[in-house]
Amino acid sequence: MIIEPASPPIRRGFDWLLASGYAAVAALYVRAIWFTPMDALQGAAQKILYVHAASAFVALYLAFGFCMAFPSALYLFLKDEKLDRLAESAAEVGLVFTTVVLVTGPIWAKPIWGAWWTWDARLTLTLFLWFIIAGYLLLRGAVEERGMRARYSAVLALLAGLLIPFIHLSVYLFRTMHPMPIVLKPSAPSMSREMLITFAWGFMAFSLLFAGMLRARYRIATMRDLLADREAAR
Amino acid sequence: MPEPLAPASPPGMLRAAWLIARKDLAIEFRTRTAFFSALVFALLGITIFYFAWDATAVAAVDLAPGVLWVIFTFSGLLGLQRSFGVEQADRAMDALLAAPVERESIYLGKALANLLFVAGVQVVALPAVALFYNVPLGGIVLPLAGLALLAAIGIVAVGTLFSAMAVNTRLAELLLPMLALPFFLPIVMSAAQITARLLAGRPVVEAWPWLRILAAFDIVFVVACTLAFPFTVEE
Repeated sequence: MIIEPASPPIRRGFDWLLASGYAAVAALYVRAIWFTPMDALQGAAQKILYVHAASAFVALYLAFGFCMAFPSALYLFLKDEKLDRLAESAAEVGLVFTTVVLVTGPIWAKPIWGAWWTWDARLTLTLFLWFIIAGYLLLRGAVEERGMRARYSAVLALLAGLLIPFIHLSVYLFRTMHPMPIVLKPSAPSMSREMLITFAWGFMAFSLLFAGMLRARYRIATMRDLLADREAAR
Repeated sequence: MPEPLAPASPPGMLRAAWLIARKDLAIEFRTRTAFFSALVFALLGITIFYFAWDATAVAAVDLAPGVLWVIFTFSGLLGLQRSFGVEQADRAMDALLAAPVERESIYLGKALANLLFVAGVQVVALPAVALFYNVPLGGIVLPLAGLALLAAIGIVAVGTLFSAMAVNTRLAELLLPMLALPFFLPIVMSAAQITARLLAGRPVVEAWPWLRILAAFDIVFVVACTLAFPFTVEE
């Protein structure tokens, strides 16, 4: 008896989650540019904060920690393909957000710190997060067999989750022992109410965008696997 | 009538690990290809690094710790590369997996052989750095050897696991450095920092935070990689 696998769920409807993510980010830009006061010291450059900090939060905590490392550890025990697809999708979307952090960071740093790049703890950590996610995606691309790909990438993501605290610790120690000639370090000035609202809105908007992108990417992964199953059953 | 052979009981975990390590070392000892290439690579690297800097601006002794640890890490990768590569011919890996030993023993055996491999390269590379970079090693040889061992354990723990994975991918040896090098950052950083302090004759207390990071890294990743290895060879 030939069991015909279910045909992939092709969704033709409008992706409301993704659209509201983009809308929220668009609203953030409008609010940050026209309706949020200028920083007294940094001027317009400070406005990059609303994109930069929120993307960093999404990349490190939501994408890497919550949707990549944690489900990967679970995968090794539960062997549920959904977890693997979640980690795969989070890695790809997370790489985009990490790239955003790494691009906006230097643009902000140049006028404020006087240098495009410093080996600050957070900068180095983000850079290595990028390397790790890129390596993860390379590994996925280099393994043909689905089960093996899932196990290998889960092991890598789990170990990377253990590595991040070590990188943070060692880079932090490195920096405190070798102070860098930083011209001006933004020492977290207390924000005005308007700024704080924009800041919080940014976190919300980018988290929403992440959720939308993640779901869209996850659906692609599901469809691809279902198609592969159908090919195999033929 | 010949005596019937007593049914062999499978060796214990550590005994099995030792047998596997001995097998790998025997292969390496008879061919010597990987060890010599790693050794020549290390010496070449040490030499080329010297000319990559303005010797009048930066004293060779200031360069030495960085050169030492970058070269150790990279030449270590050469050895790790072939750790599971040798098991590909005639599908020897399948035989190893079919043997009545724990999967963890296979990992520990491979790691032990790699550790001796990396240590062997270090034994030659360390005096070479001392010679070429004019580093006074007298008095700090023992702490430096201990440090080299700590660093090698971390490199080998992670590298052996990734070697087992990389060998089964389409990219094979290209993939190993990309996966392993981010993991080597804390090791290279702490080892170079400790070496620099040893060379400068600073009190041990100054190196203590770095030593703790290195030791913690070794413990965490030896345990994690041993536990994770069976997942990479599952059928």
